[in-house]
Amino acid sequence: MGSSAADNQWKGRRAQPAAIRLAHWINIPLLVIMAGSGLQILAAYPAFGPRGAQYKWYPFQNDAPPSWLRFGGWLAGARHWHFAIAWFLILNGVIYLTYMIASGEWRRRVFIPSRDTSNALAMFGYYLRIRKTPPPEDFYNGLQRLAYTSSILFAVVVVLSGLAIYKPVQLYWITAAFGGYDVARVVHLSCLVLLALFTAMHLVLVALHPRTIVTMVTGGQRG
Amino acid sequence: MARSITRRRLILGIAAGTALAGCDSRAASMFLAGMGRWNERVDRLLFSEDRLAPEPPASELTPEADFPSYFISDTMPFAPADWALKVGGLVARPSVFSLDQLKRMPMFGMRIRHHCVEGWSAVAQWQGVQLREIARRCGASRDAQYVEFRSFDNGYYSTWDIESSMHPQTILAYGMNGRPLYPDHGAPIRLYSPVKLGYKNVKYLTEVNFMPNRTGGYWEDQGYDWYGGV
Repeated sequence: MGSSAADNQWKGRRAQPAAIRLAHWINIPLLVIMAGSGLQILAAYPAFGPRGAQYKWYPFQNDAPPSWLRFGGWLAGARHWHFAIAWFLILNGVIYLTYMIASGEWRRRVFIPSRDTSNALAMFGYYLRIRKTPPPEDFYNGLQRLAYTSSILFAVVVVLSGLAIYKPVQLYWITAAFGGYDVARVVHLSCLVLLALFTAMHLVLVALHPRTIVTMVTGGQRG
Repeated sequence: MARSITRRRLILGIAAGTALAGCDSRAASMFLAGMGRWNERVDRLLFSEDRLAPEPPASELTPEADFPSYFISDTMPFAPADWALKVGGLVARPSVFSLDQLKRMPMFGMRIRHHCVEGWSAVAQWQGVQLREIARRCGASRDAQYVEFRSFDNGYYSTWDIESSMHPQTILAYGMNGRPLYPDHGAPIRLYSPVKLGYKNVKYLTEVNFMPNRTGGYWEDQGYDWYGGV
């Protein structure tokens, strides 16, 4: 941090406060069940686009996702799990975001384009071996902030698109905002794919920096 | 063909569901039942008697060959020659209506997107008589909190909450896309409404019963959620 005022803000605070650690670990079983039951639901009609005019661009048209990725046994079971766990995922997300805002934690975590863009590009250049040294890093580097902020955005959109296909009549305005039922289904699955890609990248980087796991368990040193 | 796939899927599904239940704890099924009740409360809260499902433009009509049609009988059910619709239960005037009598009542038409529990949707134009009109003519009691729909499709049935049943877009349909309903879509009369998932919209209707309590339904008895709101 540049100024001492900014330094003082994090004085005495752990790198990963308890609320963030808790929300992080609770997310894992919730997201696993949501993804598995969602793919089981998809298996009942594994196609996209209007009836009679399925989208040409979707490569897995009418191919059900593999059974080892599915959860819930059958369509009705998966729906029960999906619509039960969804509430806890939303609750966890709301508590997390409320804490982020109330505590000011968002300032050192959220990607702010004016502050973080050049750092993110430099970090990207370093990963691509275009740059020899990583850019200076405070709490997170710009690329980390971009990734974590994107994952929050995907989570918000996955919930909204989920509501759009859950209640396309009673919540028709959400469905309409996505461009209709068929588009909302695509957005919903796309968010799952994006969240899965984020998780894969996250796991690789955690494996490369194993200390971050300890921090996410203990909270790390007080600042 | 669609029917046999559904049946096979169902049998596999029940087997898988049972296997899952076998290794599931009792706590998990109690948790899911509790959340199911909570979700029904939310469903009822979201439902509004005057909110109409938006009508998609005619350009979104689904080609009829691409509009799936399911039934549970081994072969397509055809109406018996003496077919008539019985309306009974908590009504002042239990009645029997012929198809012609129903067609002489005020016609209600709507172009509506159908939402199947499987995840697909399809658009058609439907013509019929509002169920609220039938309820009015037969003098449905205020004690009727549920409506049961029975069919000649091998015992297929369902029950609805009274609010969804009296929704203006809940109709007994005798026409699809401007011509009489074909047997694959539930001729001579099917229940149709945009506020419920497809499996709640009973085809091949024989009876409409106004009830103080809910019974189940063909899919509902096997584990699909009873409210099935859209």
